[in-house]
Amino acid sequence: MRFEGTDSFVATEDLKVAVNAAVALERPLLIKGEPGTGKTVLAQEIAKALHKPLISWHVKSTTKAQQGLYEYDAVSRLRDSQLGDARVHDIANYIIRGKLWDAFAAEAAPVLLIDEIDKADIEFPNDLLLELDRMEFFVYETRQTVRAKQRPIIVITSNNEKELPDAFLRRCFFHYIKFPDRETMQRIVDVHYPGISRLLLNEALTSFFELRELPGLKKRPSTSEFLDWLKLLLAEEIGPELLRERNAAKLIPPLHGALLKNEQDVHLFERIAFMARRG
Amino acid sequence: MFLAFFLALRAAGVKASLREFLTLQEAMRQGLAGFDAEHFYYLARATLVKDERFLDKFDAVFAEHFKGVLQPRPEAPDEVAPQELPREWLEKLAERLLSDEEKAQIEALGGFEKLMETLRQRLAEQQGRHQGGNKWIGTAGTSPFGAHGYNPEGVRIGQQGSRHKSAVKVWDKREFRNLAGDAELGTRNMKIALRRLRRFAREGAAEELDLAGTIRSTARNAGYLDLQMVPERHNAVKLLLLLDIGGSMDEHVHLCEQLFTAASSEFKHLKHLYFHNCPYEMLWKDARMHAADAIPTLDVLHTYDHTWKLVFVGDAAMSPYELISPGGAISSWSQESGKTWLTRILHTYPKAAWINPVPENLWQHTQTTRLIAELMERRMYGLTLEGLDQAMRRLMQ
Repeated sequence: MRFEGTDSFVATEDLKVAVNAAVALERPLLIKGEPGTGKTVLAQEIAKALHKPLISWHVKSTTKAQQGLYEYDAVSRLRDSQLGDARVHDIANYIIRGKLWDAFAAEAAPVLLIDEIDKADIEFPNDLLLELDRMEFFVYETRQTVRAKQRPIIVITSNNEKELPDAFLRRCFFHYIKFPDRETMQRIVDVHYPGISRLLLNEALTSFFELRELPGLKKRPSTSEFLDWLKLLLAEEIGPELLRERNAAKLIPPLHGALLKNEQDVHLFERIAFMARRG
Repeated sequence: MFLAFFLALRAAGVKASLREFLTLQEAMRQGLAGFDAEHFYYLARATLVKDERFLDKFDAVFAEHFKGVLQPRPEAPDEVAPQELPREWLEKLAERLLSDEEKAQIEALGGFEKLMETLRQRLAEQQGRHQGGNKWIGTAGTSPFGAHGYNPEGVRIGQQGSRHKSAVKVWDKREFRNLAGDAELGTRNMKIALRRLRRFAREGAAEELDLAGTIRSTARNAGYLDLQMVPERHNAVKLLLLLDIGGSMDEHVHLCEQLFTAASSEFKHLKHLYFHNCPYEMLWKDARMHAADAIPTLDVLHTYDHTWKLVFVGDAAMSPYELISPGGAISSWSQESGKTWLTRILHTYPKAAWINPVPENLWQHTQTTRLIAELMERRMYGLTLEGLDQAMRRLMQ
């Protein structure tokens, strides 16, 4: 059972090693990287490649670690008690399972994605230390210990908005998805748009990497933005010759709105184009 | 197995723990790396490094430690594009663009002459790629892009490697150099660093439902609802920001603006004032420093009490008499020396830090920077993500 990438996802060699190590040693895999480099997609692709179900837990700033385990719905129990519902006598009826419980209870080990863990409070990863380490937790209300039948494959993504605690990091494998180079990008495009004209792709790649190298950009366009842009180019039937037409007046690539998401960046680009035109 | 490598990593400042080392051993025993050096590198990296800022250090240590296993790095190609650029100008550019490490690398490649050639070549290439690059490069000195316009990447000598991909080992490519912690930071990163400076407190009108309190008092109330309210949680930290403006600070304006933007959105209680070179008996509410905007420093000290935390932002570079002798201020006559005023201000605010946009390794070359760092009891930090982080931690102590 080795992860080798899928027909819709290009995995680099280092990524494969990291994923396989995490799977073999049953440790969580922490993924970081520039936005739009496919951190979240990775978990889906691992699930697909290893034929396992995927359970995603999307973390928000208000998410508590406890919600991943279980929640006790006191309000509906209160309502039921006032309505005289018989269910009220069993507290287990009001325990709502979290994603972690789902993953632990699954018959076949699933892939559990904990997405954007850095969005939550600073203490969030610490609160999950024991649960992820031992793969078990205790339900206080029903005096029951939930143990993982099979250790799930855990993929955690982070956008680096908060630093994660050392104790947590020590338990993980870590992989930083670096921005793909030209060849990798070409393979990625091939996977998404098979049969795209070589000429167009070449011109688009050149324009794209030139744009990314522009000093002073606030937000550099990412892989997913490049793919969107290609889709637009294809939809608008823009030919490679239009992209290649890099005389001064046409320095800004067509449909640049898909790539530059910040008016300061567009402005910067225009200014450089203007200077180039004078030169 | 690889104990020396592990120790070398730790010596280089990569915080790998014993547990992680054991994990690596376990992974090796399970044969996850196979017999492939590259796979071993990837595996060791995924196990021992947990922060992309350390990836570059890891690569360096790895390259150093397993040097015997590798073939030497190939020499850079020799052909030089015939592109005439004034040498003086190039040297200046190199000084600004290349890190110490890169300079060392250049030494290894054949010294400064060689560097000039490579740079020249690189610039010529750049011109080829960016249409009208001539103009672009020419204006770089004075244009807004001047100070930070050139991405070191553009002129990075290390890039040589990617063109000889087949010959160079992955770890020699040092692709993660840009992720090192002292790299330039954006507003968003700064906000995150500033967020360390948080102390939540509930103050003001009770507007939020206190769920725990409501349940408690409802239970005490024999099940009849008894609502409890609490004030909203706020960041109660109060920050007094004193910014150096003008003169030698001009080249850092962009960075300081970013810091200011980040700070003003993070703190509810933020007061910012300006000074020139060193604070004396007057501070200014506005960066233009009109007389109308001036307020006496003593008023400031009396208005904002010791519960405010003080952050100076400045390069602390001035002529020594501006700091030491009375009347040394260049903008106006001051009765007392800058040092006296600084001491007085620091006396009022025990929680203080000085953030210096000048790179830390240059501080010791400026006399006043050393003096002020001493006055600050070494609470001077660089305007980098790491420096900000340390400063904020220090302020919270």
